[in-house]
Amino acid sequence: MAEVEETLKRIQAHKGVAATIVINAEGIPIRTTLDNSTTVQYAGLLHQLTMKARSTVRDIDPQNDLTFLRIRSKKHEIMVAPDKEYLLIVIQNPCE
Amino acid sequence: MFADGTVPGADVESLWRSARSARCEAKSCQTGKISTAETAVQSHTIRDAGVQTDQSKAAVQDFQQEVQVDYASLLSFLQRVEDAVIKELNRNWKSRAFDGFEVNWTDQNETVLCLHTLSYPEAQDQNLQVTSVSWNATGSVVACSYGRLDGGDWSTEKSYVCTWNLDRRGLNPERPDLVVDVPSSVMCLAFHPSQPSVIAGGLFSGELVVWDTSRTEDSVIWRTGMTDDTHTDPVYQVNWLPDAKHGNHSRLLSVSTDGKILVWREERDGRLALAEGFAMVAQQVPRSMRLKKFACGEAAVGVTSLSFSHFDPCVFVVGVEGGYSLKCSIAAEMPALHQMGSSVPLRAPAELAFSPHGGPVYSVSCSPFHRNLFLTCGTDGQIHLHSMLQTQPLISLQLSKKYLFCVRWSPVRPLVFAAASGEGK
Repeated sequence: MAEVEETLKRIQAHKGVAATIVINAEGIPIRTTLDNSTTVQYAGLLHQLTMKARSTVRDIDPQNDLTFLRIRSKKHEIMVAPDKEYLLIVIQNPCE
Repeated sequence: MFADGTVPGADVESLWRSARSARCEAKSCQTGKISTAETAVQSHTIRDAGVQTDQSKAAVQDFQQEVQVDYASLLSFLQRVEDAVIKELNRNWKSRAFDGFEVNWTDQNETVLCLHTLSYPEAQDQNLQVTSVSWNATGSVVACSYGRLDGGDWSTEKSYVCTWNLDRRGLNPERPDLVVDVPSSVMCLAFHPSQPSVIAGGLFSGELVVWDTSRTEDSVIWRTGMTDDTHTDPVYQVNWLPDAKHGNHSRLLSVSTDGKILVWREERDGRLALAEGFAMVAQQVPRSMRLKKFACGEAAVGVTSLSFSHFDPCVFVVGVEGGYSLKCSIAAEMPALHQMGSSVPLRAPAELAFSPHGGPVYSVSCSPFHRNLFLTCGTDGQIHLHSMLQTQPLISLQLSKKYLFCVRWSPVRPLVFAAASGEGK
């Protein structure tokens, strides 16, 4: 438990990191640094998108799999590290 | 002669009373019986219930209450992805890949933007006009010729050909990359279709000159000189023709108001020699065209513009000063009536004349998508869309009150064309 928090803190302490969210395989948030409604929105949408991206990668080549998802937007860069059970979402502000 | 007489007085009966009574009508009015019914309504019994929610202390706590978290697997997951995430975070922080990158989600701007305004101040000082522009084979260099369109007599005024490379850094719109002085007014320009530095120009004097813009001194590589073969009137259009017989050697085609269409071949000594020639003579153009002005004598028909069919390399359409456009063929064998002392026998190419414009035809353009369609425009401000198979225009559009100088089909969209008018539009 403490180690989980420590790891998240290390990531959160990185340059430009605005938020970190951990969600489980059902898309339910487990850990977040954002407020409730934003977290629920991010969790739901990014879970869907990651699943869609993963199925796209696997449909193109069944031997392939999604390892990481980066979304560059005007305001942030959203990084998703997918796994069997969890998703780690990190939102980073672009460098100044 | 005169006698007393009594005239019975005129008798006018009053009509208003009878008219009023006539207007009266008897009517009866009765509304239908309003039906009423009595019904009883009874609601269900109402029950009050008290609801009270507790305010959650923190959002984070909420999730933790709801979800059973297996901390061991969560920790192992986080440890697995931590390195990757931190690597990406670092990389992203350092990355400059997207600097200045703007996604264009909306459609491209539909309007035409003016990117450059090029000019040559010396030519402007002499009040010279731009007579022609041409893009080179690579699309990076634009050439412009200065000359006079209004000089009615044989002008000996100097003119210029200027080129700008738009891809070059530090492009100065007022300083061309290359300026060529030409002794006579340049009327038309055409870049070589494959060699990006070769450009041909037709002069007011009837001469043709070919320049190589990559040469620093004496850029003239070929010229016709003033021989018996050259045009006696200003050259109105030059075109490069692919020469099937001689591989990459192209031939040059020029049209002039002296009625001649000449094809030139490059010679070794920097001269252009006449390869083929056509002459438009009024008597030899087809019957459908009646040129009353040139009823007698061997009158030449001044050619102002020419366009080759994109489908049949032998077929071309010319626009002439009489307002007509003529379908012509390179393969024509009939000799022209008067030979005008040229070294190559001139032939009469005209096959079919189309119905005329109200003034000289300034531009013709064959459709790149349909083998029979072409456009003509002239001083009457009209554009005619013709089919090569019939003399009457398919469509006639009045685009302008003034002259139309140029009309071109779009090279990519089959139904789009552009026209340039004397109003400056």
